[in-house]
Amino acid sequence: MTAEQGVFIFTSFLTLFSGYMTVTRTNLVHSALFLVVALFGVAVIFVLLDAGFLAVVQVLVYIGAIAILMIFAVMLTRGNVTDEQESVSPFFGWALLLAALFAFALIVMLGQWQDVAAQAPALSAERNTVAELGAALVSPEAYVIPFEVASVLLLAALIGALVVARPQKKKR
Amino acid sequence: MIPLSWYLYLAAGLFGLGLYGVLARKNAIAILMGVELMLNAVNINIVAFWRYLTPENMGGQVFAIMVFAVAAAEVAVGLALVISVYRRRKTVAADEINLMKW
Amino acid sequence: MSFWQDPIGFLGEIIRNFLFNLLPEAWATFIFTLLSVVIVASFGLIIVIFLIWVERKIAARFQDRLGPNRAGPYGLLQTFADIVKLITKEDVVPEKADKLTFNIAPILSVVAVLLIWAVVPFAPGWIGTDLNVGVLYIAAVGSFGILSILMAGWSSNNKYALLGAFRAVAQLISYEVPMLITLMVPVLLARSMGMMEMVQDQDVWFIVLAPVSGLIFMVSSIAEVGRTPFDLLEAESEIVAGYHTEYTGMKFGLFFAGEFLHAFTVGVLFAIFFLGGWRGPGAEEYRLLGMVYLMLKGFLGYFIVMWVRSTLPRIRIDHMLALNWKFLTPVSLSLLVLTAILDKIYGETALRIPALLAGNAVVLLLGYLIMRAVSRRQTKERPTFKKRPVAKPA
Repeated sequence: MTAEQGVFIFTSFLTLFSGYMTVTRTNLVHSALFLVVALFGVAVIFVLLDAGFLAVVQVLVYIGAIAILMIFAVMLTRGNVTDEQESVSPFFGWALLLAALFAFALIVMLGQWQDVAAQAPALSAERNTVAELGAALVSPEAYVIPFEVASVLLLAALIGALVVARPQKKKR
Repeated sequence: MIPLSWYLYLAAGLFGLGLYGVLARKNAIAILMGVELMLNAVNINIVAFWRYLTPENMGGQVFAIMVFAVAAAEVAVGLALVISVYRRRKTVAADEINLMKW
Repeated sequence: MSFWQDPIGFLGEIIRNFLFNLLPEAWATFIFTLLSVVIVASFGLIIVIFLIWVERKIAARFQDRLGPNRAGPYGLLQTFADIVKLITKEDVVPEKADKLTFNIAPILSVVAVLLIWAVVPFAPGWIGTDLNVGVLYIAAVGSFGILSILMAGWSSNNKYALLGAFRAVAQLISYEVPMLITLMVPVLLARSMGMMEMVQDQDVWFIVLAPVSGLIFMVSSIAEVGRTPFDLLEAESEIVAGYHTEYTGMKFGLFFAGEFLHAFTVGVLFAIFFLGGWRGPGAEEYRLLGMVYLMLKGFLGYFIVMWVRSTLPRIRIDHMLALNWKFLTPVSLSLLVLTAILDKIYGETALRIPALLAGNAVVLLLGYLIMRAVSRRQTKERPTFKKRPVAKPA
């Protein structure tokens, strides 16, 4: 077993364990903190996949913004934080069955696919993937339209979130 | 050294966990957390396919960035909705928000 | 390469040869990397001991006092006395606290700052790891600091701690926006996000090309550290001590050390982004000199932080948010766009410096005029009595 494989196995077990804790803890702040660990594990996986830029963005966007917003929202909707009442819906057996079936089906399908044992082709050392990614995002023959659409989407989400969450003025 | 299949199995497991979270949890914020896990599983797949099958084309990473943008937008609007609902109904349990249910 | 030109590289080579002769290659690489990590991290932790003394001395001078002067010459050993005191104190964990989260939070707060030192270029060739996304990395590890404050505030099970954490998140997330946008200006000018290239590209210090960006970076960094005038997250006259109300002994000490180290790190980052990092006469040849230059420039930034701290009172929370969203963010955004356009047009010509300077001046002037107009209108709308403003009736 090489060092890389060791790191991968450790990280993936950590990620899966934290993911499991995220969906099973009753205390939602604990859930959110385990979500942070799982997201960090995914960032490490990105590093293993030679996508350093994505790993940093993962930490910045997911941990720095999304996870903290989640914890914030959990605290704002207090009363449910340390709620001892049942946190899963009565249909959780069906949910478990469906999720397990889905994961199982995915794994079986992957096992039958021929490219599954592919090895990573070596990236040449002089390639600067960050610069290439930047060029791909804004060059007209690559992905400039999805990039612009994504920015419009973010702006719409920003305004939409403000409008929805704004407290209504009390009617006199 | 690490075969592609390992990443895909990890992503499948994470996706299953997220799916369970979305279907089984009562709290709307917990459901959003499940959605995040599923999106991350998808992202692992996208980046793994980019690295193993088409490393010469940056499309894989671009799509991962699109997923980031969509996830950020989704969480911002989703949490705003949850907080707005909590203000009016004093609950964040998804099955109690059934005013529009036929 | 002689010892005096590159002492750390020289010693590193000796240790490296020793390890690789002794051990199989994988283990030697692992131990050598671990050793480098320990050296960079302990550099940060050791400098904190010195920083606390410096800060207490200088703050004392600002307030016309002497500062610590009993333990050792000039009170140099004061910090060690403090450490002994903190270690021997009783370690209190509140009964209803969330134990694990409560204990992890102070460690995370120090780690978040130490992680920044991994990409600080001390001298040519002396850098923990030259990431090609260094600037983004700095912003990313900063989010662990926010997380640690939130964890500390929530797990203490204390309403003041929770209030402090709420304020902290509102403040830190808000001020991350102008900080990140202004950091894009040096990135644009250096045409790289790597820290080493950032320094190597500064034939002209970026403070000359982008003075207003430097100012905004400084202000938003002070807010990120949470020092006066932005110390709302631990405002002792309002919410006891904010998020670390329940912490005692060395756990409080970790928060304390983390804050001091963060303040100095802000100074060093300011030096790297705007004051040319390790650049100076002879730095290319004698690398230790480069490190001395960086530390001197870093202390200049740190001195400004201390100066602001001892001069200004705490600002009100709505003023803090208004300053960020209504002034710093629009100004930094327009600066970014303007710098991009001007650098594209004049980037290769002799007009680069005057054009960028003029652009900065115009943005600052426009921002000031708009702010003045707005504040005058607000003053007019305020109820007055004999031409003096009075509080609004509820």
